[in-house]
Amino acid sequence: MSNMYRYTMGTNTWEFSSLKELMARATPARSGDRLAGVIARSAEERAIAQMCLADVPLKDFLNEALIPYEEDEVTRLIMDDHDAAAFAPISHLTVGDFRNWLLSDYADSDMLTQVRAGITPEMAAAVSKIMRNQDLILVAQKCRVVTAFRSTIGLEKRLSTRLQPNHPTDDMNGIAASILDGLLYGSGDAVLGINPATDNVAQSTRLMKLMDEVISTYEIPTQSCVLTHVTNTMECIENGAPVDLVFQSIGGTEATNSSFGFGLNTLAEAQQMALELQRGTVGNNVMYFETGQGSALSANAHHGLDQQTCEARAYAVARKFDPLLVNTVVGFIGPEYLFDGKEIIRAGLEDHFCGKLLGVPMGCDVCYTNHAEADQNDMDNLLTLLGAAGCSFVMGIPGSDDIMLNYQTTSFHDALYARRVLGLGAAPEFEAWLEKMQIMSDAAHAQLIDALPPAFTQSLQSLPDDGGHSTEKKHG
Amino acid sequence: MADDINPSDTGSVSEWQGVVDNPWRRLRQFTDARIGLGRSGVSLPTKELLEFQLAHAQARDAVHMPLDFEALKDGLETLAQQYSTLNPARPIKVQSQADDRMVYLQRPDLGRRVSDASRDMLLQQAEDSSVSEQAFDLAIVIGDGLSATAISENALIFIDALAKTLAQENSSLSLAPIVMAEQARVALGDDIGELLNARAVLVLIGERPGLSSPDSLGLYLTWAPRRGLTDEKRNCISNVRKAGLSHTEAVRKLLYLFNEACRLQSSGVAIKDRSDDDVIENSSQQSSFLINAGSAS
Repeated sequence: MSNMYRYTMGTNTWEFSSLKELMARATPARSGDRLAGVIARSAEERAIAQMCLADVPLKDFLNEALIPYEEDEVTRLIMDDHDAAAFAPISHLTVGDFRNWLLSDYADSDMLTQVRAGITPEMAAAVSKIMRNQDLILVAQKCRVVTAFRSTIGLEKRLSTRLQPNHPTDDMNGIAASILDGLLYGSGDAVLGINPATDNVAQSTRLMKLMDEVISTYEIPTQSCVLTHVTNTMECIENGAPVDLVFQSIGGTEATNSSFGFGLNTLAEAQQMALELQRGTVGNNVMYFETGQGSALSANAHHGLDQQTCEARAYAVARKFDPLLVNTVVGFIGPEYLFDGKEIIRAGLEDHFCGKLLGVPMGCDVCYTNHAEADQNDMDNLLTLLGAAGCSFVMGIPGSDDIMLNYQTTSFHDALYARRVLGLGAAPEFEAWLEKMQIMSDAAHAQLIDALPPAFTQSLQSLPDDGGHSTEKKHG
Repeated sequence: MADDINPSDTGSVSEWQGVVDNPWRRLRQFTDARIGLGRSGVSLPTKELLEFQLAHAQARDAVHMPLDFEALKDGLETLAQQYSTLNPARPIKVQSQADDRMVYLQRPDLGRRVSDASRDMLLQQAEDSSVSEQAFDLAIVIGDGLSATAISENALIFIDALAKTLAQENSSLSLAPIVMAEQARVALGDDIGELLNARAVLVLIGERPGLSSPDSLGLYLTWAPRRGLTDEKRNCISNVRKAGLSHTEAVRKLLYLFNEACRLQSSGVAIKDRSDDDVIENSSQQSSFLINAGSAS
């Protein structure tokens, strides 16, 4: 049974028929909530909804499920895994008090870690709706989520990168060319991760072998992942393919995940299979998840929730399976969900904050499509803000141009910009490798060496010269 | 410029020596990715920055510039005179329920439905043609989608290639009059195919433009089109453009899919596209230059 929420101001009384309606009306404006018809009907109603939401006790979220427990396995996961002991220090707070508590000096990194398992996604989403961008940055920056496989992700003052060497026909040399470009720009400490153009087991296996050979030949302290369906990766493992990380796109409702063709039991099985391979060296986080606001609405599986609350619920799915990396692909979905740079930036900061608060190793695909009202300047802003917020990783792609997925994300250059301007390093294992390979002279300060690193000169010399863009060869 | 650079091991130089070029830029023989851009410090060189801005501007124009429907209509009429395999009737222009580009971009649901006026026109057309003929085998819809550039550069060439192939095969396929649709999403074809009483609908649509491919055409085939179908009922052929999948190859794939759809009386996930199986399974290239010659010595 859902409660009615009322807020009286002067002689006016505002009514919200349920907690999910109140949450939706309190959400900062974005096109996806307008498309779903759940958005506030006026700016005033939004501000009133935020005041009303601020008065809601956190305990209400444990009593009123936004999607019924009986209907949705994500709700069951959230409720069943809730840790009452961890919740105790904040159990007496309202949403508004929770914001004050999070921003206070009392809530330091250790305290935030301590209460993590007591926070539900809905609580995180609710408080984010009454936080300004700077609040989202400040609190996220206090959250520590550290994971590891062959490199360590999420340490303080670090910003890792997923090297994303996509190619429209999965051409092996084309992919290898982008991998080399990335490595020589110091990218790839979070993962070498390919979106396959042809999405099947045979192709995925080929790409896994390619990356495995590169990683082992050059002794790179990183991991690989082919972003294919979880059931494909399970088949790859059964066939003996070298699988480091298991990928899946996930959403915050059972119906969304069903439309993606998996359930929570599938992820549990896949995680177990990958763990048994024991391929990690410094840790054993074997899952890589991608999310993004709008996916539930896109699958017509949002149950009347706003898209940001659905997104936060996806992090409950993620944290159940101890992922190495979780990536919100914030601007990929298009302007019908996030219309412009302002909405994309806000969503990126919300997703990162909610993920970190819930204990998820949150990275962000700082990106946009060409039909969104956004450009490189918006991406510069979001990248800088996320770097300040302690974002675990961003993407790295040659010149920001994904020639397979047809969108723009952060480039190898962009990551180095962020590292320099914010004083952030790469994963420590990877920094040592960059210096050993003579790619960087001072990895802590993103200082590249101009000469071609000796370990790679042989690969390049063996190639036929296309007579095109080649410049004079330089030997290190 | 590149020849003047004296590589430094430290990267810290007392005198500015220009942009650092990347000798591996010649790996562009393997990929269109923007590799080996060079750098100034860690930033993009001016030339590369401005080239990117131009590409983005072209992609933005592809989204926002209106399609020249008059020129498209003239071209289609010329083709109809040339090939007896095409329907001789004049092309029909329809509009979705999205009134303009801003509405179109934010309300994909409206781009999937024909306007009331267009609906009446299509019903009239279906009545006219049902007097003398049976149902059409295939309705063809050309929609602007997210790239008018894709349509203006590829649609006529593709229809030409299709009509030619059908003529060469002495095909008895009956085509509906071609429909040109403004502010169209793929699913608009469901409405149109249903109203024209066609057994299948083929939608040519401007795909979401990429930075390096603002001109990419998508082909979507749907069997038994009717309002409310979802994407698992469609088969897609993507990236049809001069620098991508060729128009003749796209016609070959389309006719494969259409024949399968006729055989199975269904489309989408029911059809496995095996027209490319040999490409992956028998690919001799299982490794890359990084491994063939590489060593971490």
